[in-house]
Amino acid sequence: MDNCYHCGDTCRATTIIHDEKKFCCNGCKTVYDILNENELTYYYDLQATPGKTPIAIEGRFDFLDNQDIVAKLLEFDEQDIQIVSFVIPHIHCSSCIWVLENLNKLHPAFLNTQVDFPKKTVRITYNATQFSLKEVVLLLCKIGYEPTISLEDFNKKEKKVDRSLIYKLGVAGFAFGNIMFLSFPEYFEVSEFWLDKFKFVFRWLMFAFAVPVVLYSARDYFVSAYRGLHAKVLNIDVPIALGISVLFLRSTAEIVMDWGTGFFDSLAGLVFFLLLGKFFQQKTYGFLSFERDYKSYFPIAVTQLIKPESAPISEENSSDVKEIQTQVYELKPGDRILIRNNELIPADGVLIKGAGCIDYSFVTGEAVPVNKLSGESIFAGGRQQGGIIEIEITKAVAQSYLTQLWNNDIFRKNKASRFENMTDQISRRFTIAILAIAIIATAIWLFYDISTALQVFTAVLIVACPCAIALAAPFTLGNMLRIFGRRKLYLKESFVIEQMAQIDTVVFDKTGTLTSNQKNKITYHGVPLSKNEQTVLTSTLRASNHPLSRALYDVLQDNGICTLDDFSEEAGNGLTGVSGATRVRTGSATFVGNEQLQVASNRTQVHVSANNQYKGAYSFQNTYREGITDLFADLGNTVHLVILSGDNDGEKEILKAQLPPSAQLKFNQKPNDKLNFIKELQRQGRKVMMIGDGLNDAGALAQSDVGIAVSEDVNVFSPASDGIIDASQLQELAQFLKGSHQSVRVIKFAFIFSLFYNLIGLGFAVTGNLAPVVAAILMPLSSISIVVFTTVCTYLIGRNLKTKIELK
Amino acid sequence: MSIIYVLITVSVIVAIVFFIAFVYSVKKGQYDDTYTPSVRMLFEDELVKPKKEHEKSDNKEIIQTSNQ
Repeated sequence: MDNCYHCGDTCRATTIIHDEKKFCCNGCKTVYDILNENELTYYYDLQATPGKTPIAIEGRFDFLDNQDIVAKLLEFDEQDIQIVSFVIPHIHCSSCIWVLENLNKLHPAFLNTQVDFPKKTVRITYNATQFSLKEVVLLLCKIGYEPTISLEDFNKKEKKVDRSLIYKLGVAGFAFGNIMFLSFPEYFEVSEFWLDKFKFVFRWLMFAFAVPVVLYSARDYFVSAYRGLHAKVLNIDVPIALGISVLFLRSTAEIVMDWGTGFFDSLAGLVFFLLLGKFFQQKTYGFLSFERDYKSYFPIAVTQLIKPESAPISEENSSDVKEIQTQVYELKPGDRILIRNNELIPADGVLIKGAGCIDYSFVTGEAVPVNKLSGESIFAGGRQQGGIIEIEITKAVAQSYLTQLWNNDIFRKNKASRFENMTDQISRRFTIAILAIAIIATAIWLFYDISTALQVFTAVLIVACPCAIALAAPFTLGNMLRIFGRRKLYLKESFVIEQMAQIDTVVFDKTGTLTSNQKNKITYHGVPLSKNEQTVLTSTLRASNHPLSRALYDVLQDNGICTLDDFSEEAGNGLTGVSGATRVRTGSATFVGNEQLQVASNRTQVHVSANNQYKGAYSFQNTYREGITDLFADLGNTVHLVILSGDNDGEKEILKAQLPPSAQLKFNQKPNDKLNFIKELQRQGRKVMMIGDGLNDAGALAQSDVGIAVSEDVNVFSPASDGIIDASQLQELAQFLKGSHQSVRVIKFAFIFSLFYNLIGLGFAVTGNLAPVVAAILMPLSSISIVVFTTVCTYLIGRNLKTKIELK
Repeated sequence: MSIIYVLITVSVIVAIVFFIAFVYSVKKGQYDDTYTPSVRMLFEDELVKPKKEHEKSDNKEIIQTSNQ
């Protein structure tokens, strides 16, 4: 088998040899031609087979004719210069960057294009007087870089990027470095003439550098501590804020009164390290979004049909109906819309014309497309498979059955605020202990030496500032976040790892999560078909757009095809194909003339008859992802397993056989049932992890303690969640859970480690011997050793995880 | 020794200039995408050749071999 020069797929039935190169289809060949004509073949030198087969567009971007929509998409629009940004999921290699940044070779109207690889976006500056936005998009599609334009892109202008943490870190780092230099002479405590003379300048300069650190860089800690106290919680920021303010006040007092140099160096260092931890903890996956709701799944516009009452327009052949592109938000009940093959239904409605075959797998979890006849109602979120249908809208987009799920309160709650992390747990006791030590030590000193008492009090608070404790979790979790990311489990925030370690119940969705979307296992039962019959059947299936026909055709296509003399498709029933003397009917049991089989199981079947003689049926079975049984076995020992499916219970026995006996199975669950089921589990005190893929799981994902979305292609839509796992890695879930347990253990060790440092520091402090140089050494030393400790430990965990996964 | 006042002033000013440059570059989004520029700089400078037919076919030959 040869591989396509453009896309790298194996060339199946047809291989096109063009220009001494092999192509799998005409689409790939066309892209090559376009690039070749414009001298862009360097594309293929940078990376072998970088391309993607362009897919049929057929009017999908017609909405870009609507100037209102275009105006909303443009970032900048002035006379000859227009700027627009697109997300292009296919961006994956250096060839992609190169070709997209050389678009102006394809058309001079492109003024500038810039790719942001991590975000998979391209920012295009073009001249709209020469080239419209629609033409831009069509050109991108033509070379296989189809942009994703969804309802979410609407009004996306002015996306605010929060860079304040970098500024704060910059200020703290800048001040830290400079203060260190300035305090160097005094570290050695040599009394030299000129040192004594300039001491004051140095000290006041240090003060000047420390002011922005306290007021700007450390502001978040004061705010957070205040909020914590307000809510009567002693979070880790309380002792930190206390430590910072005591450091600053005492140091200022020292230089004002000329008692000493103060601890400005430690202060700036402390804030710098803390912010560094915070910065490290943030790991953003530019190309992923964890906040998606139905908006990023819905199209921006649909084709609306308008019956002209006044102005007759003859756009459609022989029809007096006008097609216009309407923004989805503007659809009103009573409007008629046109849905083409593979388009999404944006609002609830009633089918008026055409044969609906609607794939709800993403919305409800039903694995098999549902046939709808005119007059039946259709819910938003389904995807039409097959021919063109007309729908009359009954509810506006925001009120549809699907979008109402987002009205649930759970989508407005912030998960992080519902969770008390380990650091805060320990800080509760820590803060009380520190205050107690400070007060006792001061009380004792009051009897001996009143002037030392105040010094001891402040020294205890300074040295006990839990810098190392505050760093342990960010660095461990930040590292784990990256390790998991490399293994294709992308978590939204680091605290999710802590929550993962507490999970005792794992709930799985079925369709799309445990089963794979692409591969269907098809088995044939009945009288074997003759070679001739098979060929006719294959050719008949080939002519149909029905998803089952296409799935079956994929399996049978090696049978070869012949020319059909007659072909007919009866919507919702089946197909008839005639070639010579062979007449093949395929479809539902009644259609092929086998009434008895009508009450068959829940299985999806396609029946076949040849020359009015019933032959047999092809049964479709969900294929489960690889390694699911192993995963269940691994998880079964440690956690309680639940299967929560929106589909019928046709697969119950198959699933049961793979699951440990204690597992629970629930079928026919509506989105809200799923959410409530998770809530009920939590009421029983369970920590629940939900694994799902579709919009129907969105509520359950939000309600659960950890919601992980499974995605076969992480760039395309996945519902809002705490993490996204690549479908190929789902079988490693047990390893990920284990990794999170281990990282929590690392944090605990790091806590012990840093408490040890604190004890040493306290030893200096309570005896009244805390010199600035001791604090300046102890503070960074403890911080750095904690960082080193956690980094080494997480590296070992990561290596362990890697070998475990690769051994399989 | 009072030269040290000048020196300190100068050094602090230089440091502040760099700091402002840093803030400015962050603000302009120079650190938003740290990956793409690293790839972009490795691209060959434009291989623009005069549009001649034989040149074109030469080009194809090279591609053929490099892909194998």
